[in-house]
Order: sequence, then C-alpha cells, then structure tokens
Amino acid sequence: MTTDRRFVWRVVAKVLVLFIALNLAFALANFPANGGLAALGRLSLYNVLWPGRARLPYGDDPARAYNLSLYSLEAMFASHELSRAAKPAGEFRVLLIGDSSTWGWLLRNEDTLAGRINAMNLPTEDGRTVRAYNLGYPIMSLTKDVLLLSHAMRYQPDLIAWLVTLESFPADKQLDHPIVRHNAPTVRALIADYQLRADLNDPSFVNPSFLDGTLVGQRRALADWLRLQAYGALWGATGIDQHYPDAYEPAQRDLEADASFKGMAPPLLPSEALAFDVLDAGIRIAAEAGVPMLIVNEPILISQGRNSHIRYNFFYPRWAYDQYRELMRRHLHPTTVPDGVYYLDAWDLVPQHEFTNSAVHLTPQGSRILADELAARIHLIAGGRATTAQQTASRTLKRKAYNHGWFTHER
Amino acid sequence: MVTSERHPPIAASRFTIAQAQVRNSALFVLSVLAIYALQPSIPIRYMDFWFPTASLGLAVVVWAATATGQRLFDRAFAMDGLALVGMVIAVAATRYLDPLSSLITRSPAPDVSAVLIALVAIAGLMVLASRLVGPRPAWTTALVIGLIALLILLKYEPLTQGFASALRAWQGQSVAAASALDVRWLGFSYIFFRLASALRDRAAGRLPGMLLHEFVTYVVFAPALIAGPIDRPDRFLRDLRAPFRFNLADATEGARRIATGAFKKFVVADLIAVFALNEVNAGQAHGAPWMWLLVYAYAFRLYFDFGGYTDIAIGIARSFGIKLPENFNRPYLKPNLTQFWNSWHMSLAQWFRAYYFNPLTRALRTREWAMPIIIFVGQATTMLLIGLWHGITWNFAIWGLWHGLGLFAHNRWAEFARARLAIPPERRRLQQAVDAAGALVTFHFVALGWVWFALPDVALSLEVFGKLFGL
Repeated sequence: MTTDRRFVWRVVAKVLVLFIALNLAFALANFPANGGLAALGRLSLYNVLWPGRARLPYGDDPARAYNLSLYSLEAMFASHELSRAAKPAGEFRVLLIGDSSTWGWLLRNEDTLAGRINAMNLPTEDGRTVRAYNLGYPIMSLTKDVLLLSHAMRYQPDLIAWLVTLESFPADKQLDHPIVRHNAPTVRALIADYQLRADLNDPSFVNPSFLDGTLVGQRRALADWLRLQAYGALWGATGIDQHYPDAYEPAQRDLEADASFKGMAPPLLPSEALAFDVLDAGIRIAAEAGVPMLIVNEPILISQGRNSHIRYNFFYPRWAYDQYRELMRRHLHPTTVPDGVYYLDAWDLVPQHEFTNSAVHLTPQGSRILADELAARIHLIAGGRATTAQQTASRTLKRKAYNHGWFTHER
Repeated sequence: MVTSERHPPIAASRFTIAQAQVRNSALFVLSVLAIYALQPSIPIRYMDFWFPTASLGLAVVVWAATATGQRLFDRAFAMDGLALVGMVIAVAATRYLDPLSSLITRSPAPDVSAVLIALVAIAGLMVLASRLVGPRPAWTTALVIGLIALLILLKYEPLTQGFASALRAWQGQSVAAASALDVRWLGFSYIFFRLASALRDRAAGRLPGMLLHEFVTYVVFAPALIAGPIDRPDRFLRDLRAPFRFNLADATEGARRIATGAFKKFVVADLIAVFALNEVNAGQAHGAPWMWLLVYAYAFRLYFDFGGYTDIAIGIARSFGIKLPENFNRPYLKPNLTQFWNSWHMSLAQWFRAYYFNPLTRALRTREWAMPIIIFVGQATTMLLIGLWHGITWNFAIWGLWHGLGLFAHNRWAEFARARLAIPPERRRLQQAVDAAGALVTFHFVALGWVWFALPDVALSLEVFGKLFGL
C-alpha cells in the first residue's frame, strides 16, 4: 500500500469515527428527541445578540416573515423575550396563551393583546407593573395550549390568561397538529398525568427512536434551529416577525346554509365531543402552582350577511356555538372550578367590522377593545392601584364585565 | 496534506494518453449534457432547449472562426461534429420518451425537425465563419462586437424585456407577460469571456489549435459554467492534452475542495444570506448598528457563496486532472484595494487586465498622456466595465466607478507614501499594524461598495448610506 493510499484510509477512518462519536454524543444529549434539540435548543442568540421575540416563532414564509415554525419548545421559548433574564422584582407577570388571535395574526406586536396591555403600564396594589407576554401560537388546539402552558410555568407567571374558542375544543382534533405530534413524550406525559382522554398510542404521534436523536436524524431540527437564530438578526433589525400582505381576503360574512359543525348536526352538541378534560388539565397546571388563571372565550365575528341566521360565521353554526357557550358557563361555574380561576365570555365583545381575515382575527382596534377588557380583569385580579380616572374606568369596566359573563371566584 | 506537488509529472505513455482521451471524451459529453440539464426552467416555450443549443452553436462558430490555418474539416472534426450533433438530437429526442420527456431539459424539447433546421443553420454559420472571419481581422472584431451586443441584450433590462417579447411572439405566447426574467441564458456571462478570449488570442496569434471537442469543452466546461473561474484557452488546453492517470492525490484534493466549497456555500453562505442586505430589508431596517450588520452579512455572504461555488468548481475539475485557476485568496484580509482586486474574483480581474486594461494603457501611452491620467482612465473604465458586466444599471455602474476611483486613489497614495512614509524592514510590528489598519479600511470600503451592488436603485442605496451613518 502506498503512503498516499494509507493516508487516505487513515483520513477516512478518522472521519468515520468522529462522525459516529459526534452523532452518538448528540443523540445522548437529546434523547428523548422531544420536538428536537432538547439540549441544543436552549442555546440561543436571542436575548444575547438579538432582542428576544415578542411572540413565539411561527411562519410559513420565513423569507418574508423573518420567522419560522419549528417543533422544539426549548428553542421556541429560548427565542422569546420571556427568557431574557430572571423575573424582575417589580413585574406582575401575565402569560397570554391562545391561538392565532392571541398571537396576533396580521397585527404588529404593539397591536397584539400583550402589546396593548403593556402599553397601559398597569400598576398593581403592591407596586408592581403588569407585564404581559404573548405565548399565543397559531394552532387551534387546547392540547397545544396546555403543552405550551406546561412549559411556560417555569417562567414564574403571576397570572395565566388563556384565550379559547370552540374551534380549539373538538376532542378528535386535539393531536392533529405538527407541534403536538412532534412533542410526543411531553404530550404523553400530560395525557398520563392528567388522565386525558387522548390515546397514549395515537398513531399521529411522531415517535423518535434513539437514532432519530442523532445529528443525522435531527438535521431538519438543527437546520430550523440555525435558521431561527439567523432570522433573529432581521427581527432585531426590522421588528418584523410575520408577513403583512398588502391586501387580504376578509373573513366571510355571507355564509353557506350549512348547520353542521365538525360532522355534527343539530340539535345537540355532546360535551364528550369537546376536550373539557384538556381545559381542566390546564386549570390544574396553573392551580398546582398557585397561579390564578383567567379563561377567556375569545370574541368571534358575528356575521350579519347571508345565512347568518344559521351561522355566526364560517367556523360556527349558531346552535353549536350557543351550546358551547352554555357548556363553558356551566363547566367554569365558580362552584366547580378551583380557587383563583376566572372566566370571561367575551364572545360578542368586538363588532363585526373589527375582524380581519378570519372569524377570530382582530383588527388593531378590535384588539384594543379586547385588551381593555382583559386589562380591567387583570387589574382586578392583581389588586390594581388605580388613579381616579382609572377608578372611573374600572367601575365602567366592572359593569361591562358582568355583562360579559364575568365570574369572580375569590380565594 | 496530500498535494499533487509531491508527485512527479505523469509520464506520457500509451496508457496515460489513452486515459486522457477517455477523460476528455467524458468531459465533452458531460459538459454538453450539463448545459441542458443545468439550464433553469424558462416560461418561454422550448427556450430551455434553445439557449443551451445557442451556446453550443456560438462555440462551434467561434471555433470555426479561430481555427484558420488548421485543416478544419478532417476526420477528427467529423467525429467531434457527429458526436455533438448526435448529443443535441438525442436531447431533443427525449421529447418522445414520455413520461421521461424532461429527462435532461426542464421541459420537453422542440420538434426534432426544428432542431435539424437549427443545426443546418449553425453548420452554415460555421462554414461562413471559417471562410470570412478567420483571414480577416475586421471580421474577428465584428464577431467580438456581436458577442458584446448579445451580452448587452442580456444585461440591459429594457432590451432583455424586448428580447423576451420577441421570443414570446416567435413561440406564439402572450407578449404582454414578457419579463426580463424570462431570458435566463445559463452561463452566457462566462461563455462570453471564453469566446472573446479565443477571438482576441486568435487575432494576437496566441491561440493554440484546438479540436472541436476541446474547444466546446473549454467554452461550456460544466464545473465552471455557472460561476467561473474564467480559464484561458491555452492553459485549459495544456491540462486537457497532458497525459492523465487517475490518481489519489488529485481525487483527494478535489474532494477536499468540493467539501470545503459545499460547506461554504450551503452552510455558511446560505445561513448568512438569511440576514444579508437586500432590497426588501434595506427599507425595513432601522438603526445604524442593525444596518451595518446587514451590510457585513452581505459582504461575507457574497464571499462564502461565490468562494464556495469556486471551490466546488475547482474541486470537480481537479478530480478530472484539470487545474482551474484560483478565484479568491483571502480578499477581505488584504491591506489595500489593489491587493483586494488581486485576490477577489481573480480570473475576472485578470481577464480584464489582459484584454482591456493593458491594451488600453499601452494605447494611451503612445499618445503621451500624463501617467496619472492614463492610470485613472484605465482603472476607472476597467472597473466600470466590470460593474456593467454584472448588469447594465446605474447601481452597477456606480459600484464599478466606486472601485475604479478607489483603485486610483490607492495608486496615488501608494506613490506618495512610497517616497515619504516607507516603513523600514526592521519595524515589523509597525508594518503589521499598518497592514491591519489598511485591511480594516479596505474591507469597509469594499463592504460599503456592496451597498450599490446589492440594491437595485440609487435612491434606496442612498437611504441605506443615510441609515449607516445616522443621517
């Protein structure tokens, strides 16, 4: 064998050994590969080189949104401003959980619910300032909400505001979302710990093997993580984290004469078809940590167009949505929920012209209306210290609160 | 590290010569097929077949025009010509292989009868070129001007749009939908340099005789088709005709360059590209520090992208025993702009130096102009042309002049400093500090120049400069 040939074989052998060793080390650090990059995901340029994101990473068109969707909760939260530093002493921390409406589809960060609430600089009785964090995520599933909530509890919230809508409730759709499927170990743990009805062996779960945790197996997650770090520069430079089209198709006002909802026909919406068990799990997670929770039935578009006597909007036939509201009212009645759980039914709070491209996406003005309502409740829960003007506003808000199904449940 | 320098030159033997012939045939076939396979999809019908065919046609015509003095139509020509025609017809015939009709081209090729007519036309042009151009320098110049006109047609957007309209009308497609983006003729920018080199070298009597397959391989050499480097015909031919034996050293070195290039391009450059300056984020970014970040990112993205492509091209060629010229040599570490241009896109700068700057300055010297004026005219117009080669826009022109003026300023400064500020050889630390400062200044001059290069219009570029300097 010539020297050259020996040299090449040595190089090949070393490359192979190094490749295998690196892959094994990576897999050991990541196993179980829950959403990918369990360990590496915590490393982030956000809050170090780039400012933390004001909402969780999500984006179908990264090149224009400077944002992208990924499955690693660690990486997602590490990129959020919530991970910036230890909680300041003077902060009353409110975490907003919910769907695309909470995340702020088509809204600038300053117009989202969190942005609006923060702009108010609400003081609490003990001298802290209310600081809201947007943990909405544009997927309609209570299980997704609980998954994020369970992860978010480590950030020492003082209040959880959980915005829900009927579309997030269908029990058979809970696991139909990539972020849920790719975080199978955590979701399974939630199913087991809170005796959820979902099947632990649901075939939609992505079950990573040990090899899936290697560098090769995690190449997609690794690329996503790298791109998330890179897009942080543009987030920092532009403050943009979603694509704002010049024009969008407005939410339907003229509706089909179709009374069905998710394959169900009137007159009865069975409560078993809705994932109240998941809602209860979320409530328990907060209650176990002694954190109050404000559950909000978020505003929907109440159409006045064709067939609006049959449907409120594209999502909801009237019969189903009305029964859902009644089920929610009963389920969250003060006598049935733990201490520190509050409910606000804000379904008709926002006028129909303040919705954008879907029955739950709000305009900046619509967002302001809901944020004012939320702020009033947060203020009350936090023991607000109000100025005279705020006290007057607060009295008005309290009156409005009762009109919108506000339940107080004092500890 | 294994390098070919450890190996003595490969001795000529029947075996190594035969291997070289096999290698050359393979390169010929692969390069011809590659221009069809690599040609991007084009919305104008059949153009993803016709543009590569036109590249081959130009190569054949220029070969005929430059092959004067050789026996043109001999047995070797017959073999090469038949092979070339056979390949073109074979590519065209894939249209009948449904569902594999897009096996090589992006969309089904045109009817074979149309292809045959085109081949006859090319053959006619070839005969005409061999008769007319070869013996007459004026015709050589006319052919060069024709190539430059074609380049302008493809680089000046209003003309390109008109060309797209004409092509659409020819194919019976909507002219209203014509766009300059329709005319994406793969590799023509680099094919132009190779054809012009051959014509100029022929006129100067420097062009070696090349067989048809050698010349076509040189013009459309697949690894260097998209992003260079720009080789010279005599150097390329030397490698092609040298005895060849597949050897581990070249293969290893080739693989190393390919791996390095792939990492630079697909990991580093593509990642940095995410936040590199572009026409969208230029208007969106706020604050000088962020704007500087985007500009730096663009500078490094361009280097790693282009450098990565070059490494891959050089690596692939090296595996076949072809040593393409280097294109980059740590350009951002150079202490002045002159050295930067001796280490950035080196083959392009060398091409312009050989075929434009040197002849121009020689001609100007005969007019007894003052040396600074000759240098200024030479450098400014050379860089202007390099700028315009990227695209005929105000921004590319300004970018070229930016560097032309920079080079002139450095030239004058170096002249001034040589006599007054020379650093003695024993003061190495001082020299190192001066070089480091020079590299920093040079890098920033180049990076700011990229603002013109990266953006489509002057107003946006000025807006970016305003943000960079907090104006």
